[in-house]
Amino acid sequence: MTDAAVAISSVRKTFAGASQPALGGVSLDILKNEFFTLLGPSGCGKTTLLRMIAGFENPDSGAILLDGTAMARTPPNRRPVNTVFQSYALFPHMSVAQNIAFALEMLGRPRDAIRARVAEMMRLLRLDGLGDRRPAQLSGGQQQRVALGRALAPEPKVLLLDEPLSALDLKLRKEMQIELKRLQTETGITFVFVTHDQEEALTMSDRVAVMRGGAVMQIGRPADIYERPANLFVAEFIGEANLLPAICVDRTGHGGTFRLAGASDDDGAIAVADAGTLAPGQTATLVVRPERVALVPAQTTRLRGQAREAVYRGSDLMLHASLPGGAMLRARLPGDADVTALIGQVTGFAFPGDAVRAFAA
Amino acid sequence: MNELRPRDIALTAPAALFLVAFMVAPLLLMVYVSTLERAPFGGVLWGSHTAVAYEKLLLERDLLGALSFNSDYIAIFARSFRLAAITTALTLAIGLPTALYMTTLSPRRAAIILFLVTVPFWTNLLVRNFAWILILRNGGQLDSLLLWLGITSQPLDILYTPWATGIGLTYSFLPFMILPVYVALERIDRRLIEAAFDLGADRLRVLTRVVLPLAMPGIVAGAVLVFVPCLGAYVSPELLGGGKSLMIGNLVQAQFGASRNWPFGAALALVLVLILLLSLALLALVRRRAERLS
Ligand SMILES: Nc1ncnc2c1ncn2[C@@H]1O[C@H](COP(=O)(O)OP(=O)(O)O)[C@@H](O)[C@H]1O
Ligand SMILES: [Mg+2]
Repeated sequence: MTDAAVAISSVRKTFAGASQPALGGVSLDILKNEFFTLLGPSGCGKTTLLRMIAGFENPDSGAILLDGTAMARTPPNRRPVNTVFQSYALFPHMSVAQNIAFALEMLGRPRDAIRARVAEMMRLLRLDGLGDRRPAQLSGGQQQRVALGRALAPEPKVLLLDEPLSALDLKLRKEMQIELKRLQTETGITFVFVTHDQEEALTMSDRVAVMRGGAVMQIGRPADIYERPANLFVAEFIGEANLLPAICVDRTGHGGTFRLAGASDDDGAIAVADAGTLAPGQTATLVVRPERVALVPAQTTRLRGQAREAVYRGSDLMLHASLPGGAMLRARLPGDADVTALIGQVTGFAFPGDAVRAFAA
Repeated sequence: MNELRPRDIALTAPAALFLVAFMVAPLLLMVYVSTLERAPFGGVLWGSHTAVAYEKLLLERDLLGALSFNSDYIAIFARSFRLAAITTALTLAIGLPTALYMTTLSPRRAAIILFLVTVPFWTNLLVRNFAWILILRNGGQLDSLLLWLGITSQPLDILYTPWATGIGLTYSFLPFMILPVYVALERIDRRLIEAAFDLGADRLRVLTRVVLPLAMPGIVAGAVLVFVPCLGAYVSPELLGGGKSLMIGNLVQAQFGASRNWPFGAALALVLVLILLLSLALLALVRRRAERLS
C-alpha cells in the first residue's frame, strides 16, 4: 500500500473496565491527499481511532502505518501527524504568532524560516494583523483558524481534525466547511476529519467511513454511501430515508416485487431493481429517499396513501402520508408546491425501482 | 459592581474590624513606638520623640558621640534575605517535582498525598523543630543513618549551623510551596499538554514551554508564601541555628527582650514590613504589566 497515508489494520481497543470494545477490529486505508471523514454517532469510537493515529492511545492489537512506517510505540511528538482539537487547545499564554510558530520551533527551524512560515500561515488562514493577540482575545472562528494554522504550519503528512466545527454556529460552520476543503486542496495534506454530522461529511469528503459501535459499516465516496448504503444503519444515518417494512412476493433476475407489510393484495406493490439475496416470503425493509418519491394521480399507481400533513422547510416541502399497513411515507416536493388541497385525501405515490434499496429485516 | 451595597458592607465588616483592631492598630502603635526614646529598663518614654532607632540601623555612635557607618544590621538583613531566598529555592526544588508527581496520580492517591503534606500542621512548630534537634544533633538519627550507609565516618556536626536552620526552614515551609503549585498544575488543561506533544515537543519542552508558564501564578504564590514568613522566621534560627547566626526575627525579638530597646525593635520590624510591601507591590506591577501585554 504505497499510496496509503494512513493504513489501519485490524485495530482493536477495549478500555480498562469497559464491557464493550471501543474499537472492534477496524481496518481502513486513507490515501494521500485525501479528505477522509470518520462519520458516526457519538460514542462509536471515532475519537479513539483518531487518538491512535496521533499516538495518544495504543491499540490492544492490530497495526497503524503512517506513510508505510509502522507506528507501534512511536510517541505523538515523533509522528508526522498534527491534530486540530475539538476544544482548539490553543496555548493561552502565547500569542497567535507564537502558537503557530510552536511546532516549527520544536523542529528547530531557523528563526527567519519560522517567521516567514508563520506569516504565510496567517495569510492562508486570513489572520493578518492578529499575530500579537492572545487566543482569549479572538472569536471562536478565529481561534479555530489559529488551531488550524498551528497544526498545518509544520506541514504534517496527515492532519487530524476531531469535530473541529461543532462549537461554531451554523453560518460560520458552513463557511469553515468550504474553507477547510480549500485548505486541504491548497496544501495537499491528507485530512482525517471526524464528525457526527452526516451533512458535513457528505459536503467535504473525498471518502467517508461510517462507523457504529467500534466497527466500520461502510467506506466509500459520499455519493456511493448516499445512493447505495451497505446496510440499514447507514441508510438511516445518512440523509433522510423512508423505511418501509415489506415482504418479498416475487423475484425476477436481480429485481423483485414487494408488498408493504400489513397491506392487502390490491395495494402497496413495489418494484425493486436490486433485491439482493432476498427470497420470496422473506420480510425486508425497503429504503427510499424522500426526494425520489413523486406525487402521481391515485388511479395511475398501486401505491396509495393518505396525505397527513405538509411541513414547509424553506427550500422544500415534506409531505407526510400514511400507507396501507400503517407505515409513514415522506415525499420531498418543491418548496412552492401547493398541496393544501391534498391533505386528508388519498393520493398516489411513485418511485423508480432503482431508487429502492431492500434489506433483510 | 464597584459600589458597595449594604449587604457587602455587612458581610465584610467583621473581617475589616478584625484587621483594623489586630493589624492596623498595632502597626500604627509600632510606628509610634519606633519614634520614641527607649526607657532604660525596657519600654519607652512616652512623648519623648527621637530618630535614634532609625539612625541605629545604619550608624553607630562611639563613646565620644561621633557617628560612623555600621553594617552589622544590614548584614543581618542580608543574611535573612539570603536564607529566605535559599529556602524558597529549596522548597521549590523539592515541591515542584512533588506537585508534578501528584498530578500524575489518581484522584484518590493524590488526595492521600495531599493529606500527608498537611499532616505536619497538626503538630506545633516548636515541637517539630525540637524533633529536628534530635535528628540533626551529633549522634542523632541523621548521623546514625549516614554512618550505617557508610557515607560518612564521623558526625556531621550540623546542628547549630546555618545548614540546620536551612533544613528546618525548608521543612517547615515546604507545604506552603507544594499546595499552591499543585493547585496550579492541577488546573492546567490536560489537552494543552497533549497539544504540545502533538506539535512535536518532548517531555522537557512540554514542561518548560507549557506546564511551567501556565503554573507560574501558583509558583509565584508559593514563593511569596515561603519567602515572606521565612524572612521573619524566629523558631528555626533560634532552635536549630542555635541563635548564633541571627536573623531579623531573632534580632527583633532580642530588642523587646534582652536588649530592652523597644523603639529599635519596632523600627527593625517596620523596615522589614516596608521592604516586603514594596517587593510585593513591585511583583504585582510586573505581573499586571505582563498580563496587559498578553
Ligand atoms: N479514556 C477512556 N476510558 C474509558 N472509556 C473510554 C475512554 N475514551 C473513550 N471511551 C469509550 O470508548 C467509546 C468510544 O469513545 P470515543 O472514541 O470518544 O467515541 P466518539 O468520538 O465516536 O464519540 C465510548 O463508549 C467511550 O465511553
Ligand atoms: Mg469524539
